[in-house]
Amino acid sequence: MKPFAKLDGLVAPLDRANVDTDAIIPKQFLKSIKRSGFGPNLFDEWRYLDVGEPGKSNHDRPLNPDFVLNKPRYQGASVLLARENFGCGSSREHAPWALEDYGFRAIIAPSFADIFYNNCFKNGILPIVLDAAIVDRLFRQCEASEGYALTVDLDKQTVTTPTGETIAFEVDAGRKYRLLNGLDDIGLTLLQSDKIKAYEERRKAEAPWLF
Amino acid sequence: MPGRTLYDKLWDAHVVHVEPDGTTLLYIDRHLVHEVTSPQAFEGLKLAGRKPWRTSSAVAVPDHNVPTTDRNQGIADPVSRLQVETLDANCAEFGITEFKMNDIRQGIVHVIGPEEGLTLPGMTVVCGDSHTSTHGAFGALAHGIGTSEVEHVMATQCLVQKKSRAMRIRVEGELGRGVTAKDVALAIIGEIGTAGGTGHAVEFAGSAIRGLSMEGRMTLCNMAIEAGARAGMVAVDEKTIEYFRGRPYAPKGEMFDQAAAYWKTLVSDADAKFDAEVVLDAAKIKPQVTWGTSPEMVVTVDGKVPNPADASSEVKKHDWERALQYMGLEAGTPIEQIAIDKVFIGSCTNSRIEDLREAAAVVKGRHKAANVKLAMVVPGSGLVKQQAEEEGLDKVFLEAGFEWREPGCSMCLAMNADRLEPGERCASTSNRNFEGRQGAGGRTHLVSPAMAAAAGIAGHFVDVRKF
Repeated sequence: MKPFAKLDGLVAPLDRANVDTDAIIPKQFLKSIKRSGFGPNLFDEWRYLDVGEPGKSNHDRPLNPDFVLNKPRYQGASVLLARENFGCGSSREHAPWALEDYGFRAIIAPSFADIFYNNCFKNGILPIVLDAAIVDRLFRQCEASEGYALTVDLDKQTVTTPTGETIAFEVDAGRKYRLLNGLDDIGLTLLQSDKIKAYEERRKAEAPWLF
Repeated sequence: MPGRTLYDKLWDAHVVHVEPDGTTLLYIDRHLVHEVTSPQAFEGLKLAGRKPWRTSSAVAVPDHNVPTTDRNQGIADPVSRLQVETLDANCAEFGITEFKMNDIRQGIVHVIGPEEGLTLPGMTVVCGDSHTSTHGAFGALAHGIGTSEVEHVMATQCLVQKKSRAMRIRVEGELGRGVTAKDVALAIIGEIGTAGGTGHAVEFAGSAIRGLSMEGRMTLCNMAIEAGARAGMVAVDEKTIEYFRGRPYAPKGEMFDQAAAYWKTLVSDADAKFDAEVVLDAAKIKPQVTWGTSPEMVVTVDGKVPNPADASSEVKKHDWERALQYMGLEAGTPIEQIAIDKVFIGSCTNSRIEDLREAAAVVKGRHKAANVKLAMVVPGSGLVKQQAEEEGLDKVFLEAGFEWREPGCSMCLAMNADRLEPGERCASTSNRNFEGRQGAGGRTHLVSPAMAAAAGIAGHFVDVRKF
């Protein structure tokens, strides 16, 4: 996993609530057995005017000019500004894979769905929860000013606006540590192997039908 | 010591290690695996040279991509076929039990887990699928997980978790005739919203829940994720225990009695404290129909499509406007006047034998309406299909002009050939009415099996209580 420290990124505003994982990456692309290459199909049904299929080239597909990520001013965005309950629906990790592959490293929203939120941290994406009124203000600033960028500092847990306003955010200490260092969860958990084995021995005696 | 919730008891029994900040290694008893969210996890294990910690805890089944017709022909779509073949190859390589596509035990992962006794009360159950919450119906702690976590559970038998808050949703009283667990689930989501359960483990309780069959409880817990809750659960009672007697992977003889004695303790203590509580009156719940593109966009069958002007916030107003546009509906239209093109009876929400019986009872001796292009019934597993055929339900459906298919996820998410065409409107017993969920441009209305069946006969939504 790529470590995440500090990001100075162009912001793209996706102004709708309850954006679900089917919208982030439609199911036909879940047939892939790889974890890369989902970026061109991120938000496929909103982004293109035709229906995308796996294996089909995306270069000559008709783009929906009204979709925010297709607007010239948002090209190269790495911070996604979103509304409530972002990432609701399925557990598909293809959603953060697609966001990351597209180039997003941070997502700011008033709330996230639990599984999606968790999946982001496993893939080097920082989901940032800010108060709905603050998010609303960032939306207005972003739409009003072309080239609007935010600085995200995970270590300091701050988002800084172009005018220098600094907004603090909360993040779980364990997740922060892993994301800052790009650490592999499995390796860390296996350091506790003796405890896992001891648990199994105890459990086998208490509840033998489970083994 | 204060009383403990069911969630506390399940949690406490599985703690392997706790970090000072509360991050916990939680032991996983059962890992269910399917073809869509596992290939990258197996690849990760191979690349790191890791072996599964305990292969006997994992059971795999292909369900999302499998065709529901002509199984003998194999899978026509080469991309879907490769994904299923990859599951077969990975299970063979790592020694994991798999119920393959043509095995009678094959079916939707959340149907076969309980059916085989692979899911048991008191277990922690995970699967790379958000509807894993289904298994909580049996007094188990069941979470949907992402692919990184699938790999993590395979390698370590543990999940890194922080404890959620506990919410209890009580439904008290008696459900009216024609009102099912699906209607209860949709009514709850209508009440608390699709993010109402976020950050919580939800226990469903109250006399109406105790009155539900195990199938009904599964439907309810299945939809917990649509209310934002990663886990839903129901306390163990006699019905729960009896369900497992004689199941292939359930304990037998004295071991069963020993297990059952433990299972009986899997209830919230009378003095247990919940962080949040919601109470619904069962008698007031009517058959539900979703009108929009989120499960919380739901009204009763005797209601009307709402007006965005009545939405509680600007953000919501825009969402409703967008949903109406996508769904091709006008505000104020009575639900019963909405005509449909297709019917889908199936999915991990509503494809068990009881669901099929309810739908068959409605269509028996009737015929699907001329404007309904396709009405399909997709049993949840090979064994559900077999039982339904023994009861003659297949003939009831076929005589009514409904199609009788092979088991799988099918048109719940349209990863196989079963899908809606753009603009088509479907009465569906599945769990998500998101844009494009059942096919790009498709319009989904979530309902109970009886309501879907009735809509198929009438050609439009209709109150099954009047049917």
